[in-house]
Amino acid sequence: MSSTLCQAVTLVHLSKLILKNALRHKLRTGLTVVGLVIAVLAYGLLQTVVDAWYAGAQAASNARLVTRNAISLVFFLPVSYEARIRGVEGVTAVARSNWFGGIYQEPKKFFAQFAVSDNYLDLYPEFVLSEPERQAWQRDRKGCLVGRQLADLYGFKVGDVLPLRGTIYPGTWEFVVRGIFDGSDSTKITRQMMFHWDYLNETLRKTAKRRAEQVGVYVLGIDHPENAAAITRAVDAMFKNSLAETLTETEQAFQLGFVAMSNEIIAAIRLVSYVVILIIMVVMANTMAMSARERTAEYATLKTLGFGPVFIALLIFGESLAICGIGGGLGLLATPPAAAMFKHFAGTYFPVFKVSGLTFGLQAACAVAVGVAAAIVPAVHASRVRIVEGLRAIG
Amino acid sequence: MAKPAMSVPLSYIARNLWARRLTTTLTAGGLALVVFVFATVLMLDAGLKRTLITTGEYDNLVVIRKGAETEIQSGISRDQAGIIETHPAVAIGAGGARMASKETVVLISLLRRGDEKPSNVIIRGTTDMGFTLRPQVRLAAGRTFTPGTSEIVVGRSIAARFDNTAIGDRLYFAQRGWTVVGTFDAGGSGFDSEIWGDAEQLMQSFRRTAYSSIVARLADSALFERFKADIDTDPRLAQEMKREQVFYSDQSQALSTFINVLGLTLSAIFSIGAMIGAMITMYASVATRVGEIGTLRALGFRRRAVLGAYLLEAVLLGLVGGVAGLLLASLMQFASFSTTNFQTFADLSFGFILTPGIAVKTLIFAVAMAVAGGFLPAVRAARLNIVDALRAV
Repeated sequence: MSSTLCQAVTLVHLSKLILKNALRHKLRTGLTVVGLVIAVLAYGLLQTVVDAWYAGAQAASNARLVTRNAISLVFFLPVSYEARIRGVEGVTAVARSNWFGGIYQEPKKFFAQFAVSDNYLDLYPEFVLSEPERQAWQRDRKGCLVGRQLADLYGFKVGDVLPLRGTIYPGTWEFVVRGIFDGSDSTKITRQMMFHWDYLNETLRKTAKRRAEQVGVYVLGIDHPENAAAITRAVDAMFKNSLAETLTETEQAFQLGFVAMSNEIIAAIRLVSYVVILIIMVVMANTMAMSARERTAEYATLKTLGFGPVFIALLIFGESLAICGIGGGLGLLATPPAAAMFKHFAGTYFPVFKVSGLTFGLQAACAVAVGVAAAIVPAVHASRVRIVEGLRAIG
Repeated sequence: MAKPAMSVPLSYIARNLWARRLTTTLTAGGLALVVFVFATVLMLDAGLKRTLITTGEYDNLVVIRKGAETEIQSGISRDQAGIIETHPAVAIGAGGARMASKETVVLISLLRRGDEKPSNVIIRGTTDMGFTLRPQVRLAAGRTFTPGTSEIVVGRSIAARFDNTAIGDRLYFAQRGWTVVGTFDAGGSGFDSEIWGDAEQLMQSFRRTAYSSIVARLADSALFERFKADIDTDPRLAQEMKREQVFYSDQSQALSTFINVLGLTLSAIFSIGAMIGAMITMYASVATRVGEIGTLRALGFRRRAVLGAYLLEAVLLGLVGGVAGLLLASLMQFASFSTTNFQTFADLSFGFILTPGIAVKTLIFAVAMAVAGGFLPAVRAARLNIVDALRAV
């Protein structure tokens, strides 16, 4: 009996009834939708924050290796290693890079600064610099290059003097901006500055002789990415038991090492992004529980007419999913503009802030999960209710 | 008969919440989750602050090279160290020894247990005086390192989280094996996340000729300004000094700001969700009790009493959520948090600390969320017309 009736009532009727039910308490439904939009939005942004953390590692290449002192990054490698590393089979180029760690105006205005050898840019095709600017930089010993994102942030122009207060290398250092490089695409981080390693070294020779002729890390270009493991072993074996043992890894692994340092912060952000979903799940469950309880008598009436428990459950699930669909959909739509706004305000911390396709998918999945979870208890309850009791119930 | 100015009994209000247990639980649950996030952030910041305040002694000074932000970046040559150490403002300890410890501080990469990526750990070369100057550092197990040997002692947080740091284990770095001979407890301070060894031995193996920092005790607290001025003006020196407490709290400024901004922004956004939950519940609570409200009004309760009753219901709801969230958050005191301090680049481990101030703030936050959500429904209840309300059922 019930099955024939179910078939008789078309899907159109069912969805009409669901929609009417959802709109019965406009205020309540409206509030719930607002809550859902906020939750889905917050979840999306938090996921993107986590992604942004990994942006540096994502942009890093597998075809470049980084060799550093095995003790830790605080220790240097002798400049004499360069020639020996270049001799390893498979290594096509070796560039020097020292972390400068200077302060521009105040510690808050942090950005990365590297003293690099002239061939460094050859290893980074993702940094695009015009030929005249590159030549201008190479001609000026005190010249420096800044990335587009950094130049936009502090308004650096070619010809500007960029003063830095040294923390690792004492004194006030002045550089002249000779060029601005762009990223080859929007995922590349260009919020950094680089200047001549030779300038640093020559100054150290005069001021702190013991600290001269030292290299922070060597960046190695290799012929084929699949040779990375063999080259890594060959380089590290060469300096085994020397005064400065090396640790060589792919640039990506090197960058991931930095990300791993904030592991627990990332884990906390991930956890919290699910807490907001949990909060909205509770709110949504409450909405559905209240609606279903108020309609107990109606469900009993439907049952009296011959509709089965499945139909009642479908009504409740449908309503819950409809509300979550609207809320989740609006949340998804609001995510890109919200991310753009977030980037505008927090761009200093997150140079790359792009919502990924996976994040959109997860947002949608969360909305559906909330809709299903919120409907379970009321649906089971309503489909089980006995007609006589149901008819007796008052809201 | 009820007197006109009487307020609605509390038992009636509480029973309303009890009568709709499922809804009350769900709403309070939403509030509790937000409260949990809010309280946890405050507790984490309190933990960080306490760790760094206990790291410093008020009358201790840290001398580092001018411009260096941390001990890692700093350098003090032996002759400079001699000048600083013999300044009259440095206290004289037992046996006539100057109460100053010339230390070398570097980072080494160690593997955390169950993690394939290494973390940077501070290794501090120090002296016996280094222990005397920091009375909070006590040996928890084993013995202290013997000067002149490759022995090290590890802080409590290091021993708990890193591989090869139990007593008797050997760590290999700088071409030597270093034997762990003891574990120290630094009373929850930042030193718990450090490894200590003999300064001269570590300098030799790291091929360093300069110290990183000098920690000294002031003979008299009032001598601070003079000592500072002398160091600033001495042409042989390129160093600057800070009180130890200031030094360590400066070092955690960025991390503390980060935790606060991130945490409080999240709490603010999440609280909107919980407020909406409270609002939905309170609106429903009003809607299903229109008849009762009419009856109350007919009995002589004023509009203000009805408004008060609903607000009080919201306050109770907030308290239930707040207490639940706070209980949940208090469990976090058993957990500890560790991350790389952006400024020192070294791993720092700290706990979650629940203070009475945080508990009060959290409860106020919970009640505020519930009242903000319950205000409009309460106004609606108070504005109901008696006749309409009585007719509603």
